[in-house]
Amino acid sequence: MDKKVIVSLKNVNKIYDGGNHVVKNLDLDVYEGEFLTLLGSSGCGKTTTLRMIAGFEEVTSGTITVEGESIAEKEPYERNVNTVFQSYALFPHMTIYDNIAYGLKMKKTDKKEIAKRVSEMLDLVQLGGFENRYPSQLSGGQKQRVAIARALINQPRVLLLDEPLGALDLKLRKQMQLELKRLQRKLNITFIYVTHDQEEALSMSDRVAIMNNGILEQVDIPEKIYEEPQTQFVATFIGETNIFEGCVNSIKGKDIDIMLETGYVTARSENTFNQNDMVVISIRPERIKYSEQPKTGFALKGIIKEQVYVGSVLKTIIVLPNGHEIKIERLAGQKIPVSGDVYVYWDIDDAKLIQSESNRIFNALNNIMFT
Amino acid sequence: MTRKNKKRLQKGFSIVYCCLIYLFLFLPITVIVTNSFNATTSKPYMTWKGFSTDWYGKLFDNTALLESFGNTMFIAIVSTLLATAIGTLAAVGMYKYKFKGKSVIDALLYIPVVIPEIVLGISLLTLFSNTNIPRGTLTLVLAHTTFSIPFVVFNIRARLSGYDKSIEEASMDLGAGRVKTFFNITLPVLAPGIFGGAVLAFTLSIDDVIISYFTNGQTKTFPLKVMESIKSGVSPDINALSALILIGTIIFVVITQSGVLSRNK
Repeated sequence: MDKKVIVSLKNVNKIYDGGNHVVKNLDLDVYEGEFLTLLGSSGCGKTTTLRMIAGFEEVTSGTITVEGESIAEKEPYERNVNTVFQSYALFPHMTIYDNIAYGLKMKKTDKKEIAKRVSEMLDLVQLGGFENRYPSQLSGGQKQRVAIARALINQPRVLLLDEPLGALDLKLRKQMQLELKRLQRKLNITFIYVTHDQEEALSMSDRVAIMNNGILEQVDIPEKIYEEPQTQFVATFIGETNIFEGCVNSIKGKDIDIMLETGYVTARSENTFNQNDMVVISIRPERIKYSEQPKTGFALKGIIKEQVYVGSVLKTIIVLPNGHEIKIERLAGQKIPVSGDVYVYWDIDDAKLIQSESNRIFNALNNIMFT
Repeated sequence: MTRKNKKRLQKGFSIVYCCLIYLFLFLPITVIVTNSFNATTSKPYMTWKGFSTDWYGKLFDNTALLESFGNTMFIAIVSTLLATAIGTLAAVGMYKYKFKGKSVIDALLYIPVVIPEIVLGISLLTLFSNTNIPRGTLTLVLAHTTFSIPFVVFNIRARLSGYDKSIEEASMDLGAGRVKTFFNITLPVLAPGIFGGAVLAFTLSIDDVIISYFTNGQTKTFPLKVMESIKSGVSPDINALSALILIGTIIFVVITQSGVLSRNK
């Protein structure tokens, strides 16, 4: 199925006065009707990116197009995108009705039409009967719904949501996540959603875009983000993982032997690597295995440091001779060694091989010094 | 002493204390109002000669006094409008935008508030006479506007400290331009602060004596007129006018407070 691009960012940079470079060479295509999440820790540039699309921040360089049209010269009030703000940003001096009707009033819509659409919106967010209340009389979750209804009434092609659930408590947040997802499916509007909550991102999104220090690290469906991280940052940011740094020793087809500081291991990768490349191996705690006998292709010996039962899961920590600790999770009840020396191994498909950051630096240095 | 008695004593004491405070605050006002109904006709108008409303009648024959009151109201209204407009724009501008010398302007705002009024009065007089502006209603309006602006700015700034800028962004996001956003969102949200500032400016203007004394020329304001007549004792018609102003003020306060209360419900 060929999907239509609705929002496109090309080589977008944002540098604030004072030289703070918060968004770096961002390329991102958002498809029609998709739920895309910008995920990253605070200060990674995700909110700035959203604000550039909305028009509250100017783009330093690069272009943003919405529906194929550059929006560089358009003021926020001329763009066919609407925003749900983190702080809700409801107008405190207006009733819920007037808040939601605001967008239509600005368009000088007919009064009867406004009344009809507002009541539709109130039904959509399940707030019928709240027309004459003021924002200060609503709870956090209700305010959030009003903010969503207000942003949706102009029927935008794209809805931008800036950590909309950040101020809600956990239970309400879970409930609103489901509701947002339901709304998005029902209305088939493109959602660009900003959050720092990885669980929220993985559970709601069609695709997740992970940002770190202004750089877009990876854009993928949630499963691939978790299972096939393309960078070390993504591997460590999403869920728990074990990281090994090593050097490619030999390559036999897709199987790659890797020398570590404390032994050697094997991994398989679709990506191409060269001998002596520095690599990072990421392997999830639930995928690591260990036994009392060495396995072919692996020579990684450690000592069981401790084991903790956490309900259905048994957490084990194994220490390697260099002090590196490996986190392992097993379903409780499996027959596995509980103490002493063990050999660590894994199914070679489970380990993810990533080009090491230091490899890139090494190559760059190489280019500078020998060309 | 039992605990119960102790509590009772504490309660009794606090009631007496409150009564004394209110007595202290309101006794002078009561004296003025009572004296305005005094039938006495001889100076110094202090001894009680029975109840009469004559002074209220005489008040409306005292054209000089009424004229001074008219001047005061005119100056107060004009200077309040000017100070409120300038102060609002200044407060919003200084909140929204970064510019060079902002901190200097910020600090300078405090000067009209902290320097003694007599210094401000003398400097304004010097300024007006050096620039050859004829002293009169115009200079009074200018002077009152000058010392009112900082109070308006401070009042609005207090309101701005809890102000969420993103509501303006939300307004623009929903299709309102900058001017519409200012009138639909910024102004109404800041209205209580603006109103408070305006009331303060109005009050300051009405009862200003010192600065008005230096800048009035031939125009007499009500406080100046009272000052003048005090040399021969406060005549009950001034008391009568004071009582009327008091009633006006009370009505105003009741209306605005009940408005605020119904809004907060």
